[in-house]
Amino acid sequence: MGDSNSLILARQLTKRFGDLTAVESIDFEVAKGEAFGFLGPNGAGKTSTMRMIGGVSPVTSGLLTIFGLDPATHGPTIRARIGVVPQADTLDLELTVRENLIIYSRYFDLSWREGARRADELLEFVQLQERAKDKVDELSGGMKRRLTIARALINSPELLLLDEPTTGLDPQARHLVWDRLYRLKQRGVTLVLTTHYMDEAEQLCDRLVVMDKARIAAEGSPRELIDKYSTREVLELRFPIDEQPPLDGKLNDLAERIEVLPDRVLLYTGDGDEAIAAVHRRGLRPETALVRRSTLEDVFLRLTGRSLVD
Amino acid sequence: MSLMAGTLHVVEYNALIFRRIWRGSIAVSFFTPLFFLAAMGVGLGSLVNRGSGGVNGVPYLDFLAPGLIAAACMQTAAVEATYPILAKIMWEKTYDAALATPVTIADLIRGEVVWMTIRMFIVAAMFWIVMYLFGVGHSLESLLAIPASVLTGLAFATTTMAFTATRRNDSGFAAINRFVIIPLYLLGGTFFPIAKLPLALQALAWATPLAHGVALSRGLVLGNIGAADALLHALVPLAYFAGGLLFARALLMNRLAK
Amino acid sequence: MSVLTRRAAPLRVPTRSLHMVERNVMAYRHNWIVILSGFFEPVLYLLGIGFGLGSLVPAVSTGGHTVSYAMFVAPALMATSAMNGAVYESTSNFFYKLRYAKTFEAVIQTPIGVEDAAMGEVIWAVIRGCLYSIGFVVIMEALGLIASPWGGVLSILAALLIGFAFAALGVAITTFMRQWQDHELVTLALQPLFLFSATFFPITVYPTFLQAFVEVTPLYRSIHLIRGLTTGQIDATLLVDVLYLVLLGLAGVAVASVRLRRRLLK
Repeated sequence: MGDSNSLILARQLTKRFGDLTAVESIDFEVAKGEAFGFLGPNGAGKTSTMRMIGGVSPVTSGLLTIFGLDPATHGPTIRARIGVVPQADTLDLELTVRENLIIYSRYFDLSWREGARRADELLEFVQLQERAKDKVDELSGGMKRRLTIARALINSPELLLLDEPTTGLDPQARHLVWDRLYRLKQRGVTLVLTTHYMDEAEQLCDRLVVMDKARIAAEGSPRELIDKYSTREVLELRFPIDEQPPLDGKLNDLAERIEVLPDRVLLYTGDGDEAIAAVHRRGLRPETALVRRSTLEDVFLRLTGRSLVD
Repeated sequence: MSLMAGTLHVVEYNALIFRRIWRGSIAVSFFTPLFFLAAMGVGLGSLVNRGSGGVNGVPYLDFLAPGLIAAACMQTAAVEATYPILAKIMWEKTYDAALATPVTIADLIRGEVVWMTIRMFIVAAMFWIVMYLFGVGHSLESLLAIPASVLTGLAFATTTMAFTATRRNDSGFAAINRFVIIPLYLLGGTFFPIAKLPLALQALAWATPLAHGVALSRGLVLGNIGAADALLHALVPLAYFAGGLLFARALLMNRLAK
Repeated sequence: MSVLTRRAAPLRVPTRSLHMVERNVMAYRHNWIVILSGFFEPVLYLLGIGFGLGSLVPAVSTGGHTVSYAMFVAPALMATSAMNGAVYESTSNFFYKLRYAKTFEAVIQTPIGVEDAAMGEVIWAVIRGCLYSIGFVVIMEALGLIASPWGGVLSILAALLIGFAFAALGVAITTFMRQWQDHELVTLALQPLFLFSATFFPITVYPTFLQAFVEVTPLYRSIHLIRGLTTGQIDATLLVDVLYLVLLGLAGVAVASVRLRRRLLK
């Protein structure tokens, strides 16, 4: 059923916890080999969706197939072919770094020798080979995340699910993780990730869906979304506090769209420099004026009226 | 801050924590002696009394009960002076927080000792009441078994506290329980006379505070101990208590002072 | 990327449960002292209670036979030790893994299912109990406390069954626990069980109406079984013990599976 190229297929997928609807009738498809993202703020329903794909949360209603299989009936088969990097660390604290990988390989019925080989290979991939014999709780947050990624790869999965992979990591750690994920993508592993960081979504994802309040608000590649829901450039004006003058429609013709935020005014326009000049001509004296390119944050603002990070 | 005030704050803190579990704790302090005296004192006792006419003529229940009070205080001390104290030092950082106030390390130690005394007193008193209900120790002198048992417990309280002060994790506590507390509990004269042990072990037993605490408690309840002997027996746990206190103070000062 | 070639295995394969055992063995390799010292305790009880108290009790009559006190108490200590080991592993240790270590969260992302994980924990608890039992029997033989030649081997098997029953019971109970303090309730309940199950004195010490009550408790049945085997009193009542323990174990596994599934797969 579905396109033989789609690794994951969801139609009207819904997840309810009692009265609470975490995921409301969403549709999406993930093709083999692509990097697919769920972008949205906390509480949007991303993690619930991931857990359903991973087969650890039963679907309330709708259709969901992974590799063309139903997770309700083929759970173990699906899980044997995927790797999961959960949001919270679930590493085994009583085992060393290397042992965590080896025992995980056993859960997939790999032989001890094969598991040891894969473990060493993966430790090198995530650059943790020097910490192989250390206890897990001696690692920093970034290292634990890298170990979790390594663990998720122990069974050479076709599909890798990552839930907020770089949340809580410092910039250096984040870039290391992105780099490794990019390499995996080049090797042909299908990536599905959730994030509330727009830079992560833009960097890693071929396609993404914007999720908010249990629904999908938009779908497309980062470029497509920006083109569709925002302009090429954005002029950010900051006025001194309490001195933001009532615009009274003075700037309306300068931009396609204007967003008035508590701390700044955003003018969405095709040409930012021209807009700055126009602002000055109209007699307004902003404290700072910044021209930047549109980002997914602007897309999200347009779609939901809120920012990605509360 | 005066001597009393600092110490009192520590005691108050412990009492506040205890308020959450006091009902369960009191219940345990009542039912444990009840079960033990019923099963071992009466049940097992019937075998002992029938088989050997009691222990040197004393019915087994009368022999067993006073020893159990002292042993119960030892166990309470072992529990209170290990995990809760390490938690306050390391995981909850309660001591660090307290030391940021006028409370001193000496106050902390004094406060903990006072608190443990209160806990052990409750345990011993409950045990004594149950023992009384079983018909043993109906005399004023037998009441002295309570302070005697608390003293025994204190000997373990301070020495264990000193041990805890050296710990970086809780792995040593299981060892203490297995290799010190439980052997003493079984072989320290509570369940059968020390004289029944091989000679080498007898000497070892008499070197510990429990053996003396048990003997003292038993003598007071049965009313067959002279003042001089009582005093001698009391000196051993007292010595352990004092020694433990010195070590605990030195080790905690070393650990907590920055 | 290469795909693992897997034989289609839709049914619950026992080997998956064994991976949980492998994990526990790996973890305990760092902690083997704990295992060793766990063995020390029942031996201590045997010497202290069996011989120490035994000096006060010359002989005990149990079911028509007369045996030394040590011979009477030793099998009770063995049964209790099997129970304690199983209960500890399946409550404190298991609860810790469930609640804090999130060990199982990681496991269910793999082909290992919830039932396999639970079964694996039970198997591990049984294995640990088995190790202790073998050691205990060796000591009992050395001290001359086993009457019949087969008594030792059979009581090891009996200890396995006891371990299974209590481990299953323990896992089931743990799935009801919400916080750390709950497991203290278990320890609390074990105390009267230990004292009153004809451990230290024959059941005939009880007035008749109480005897019936004791006879339906799990530790009594366990003690009765091993005591019968080591003192050479083999009769049909031992079959009752076996049946009782088997049913208890199965009930525990059933309850545990249902509750774990509900708890982990939300």
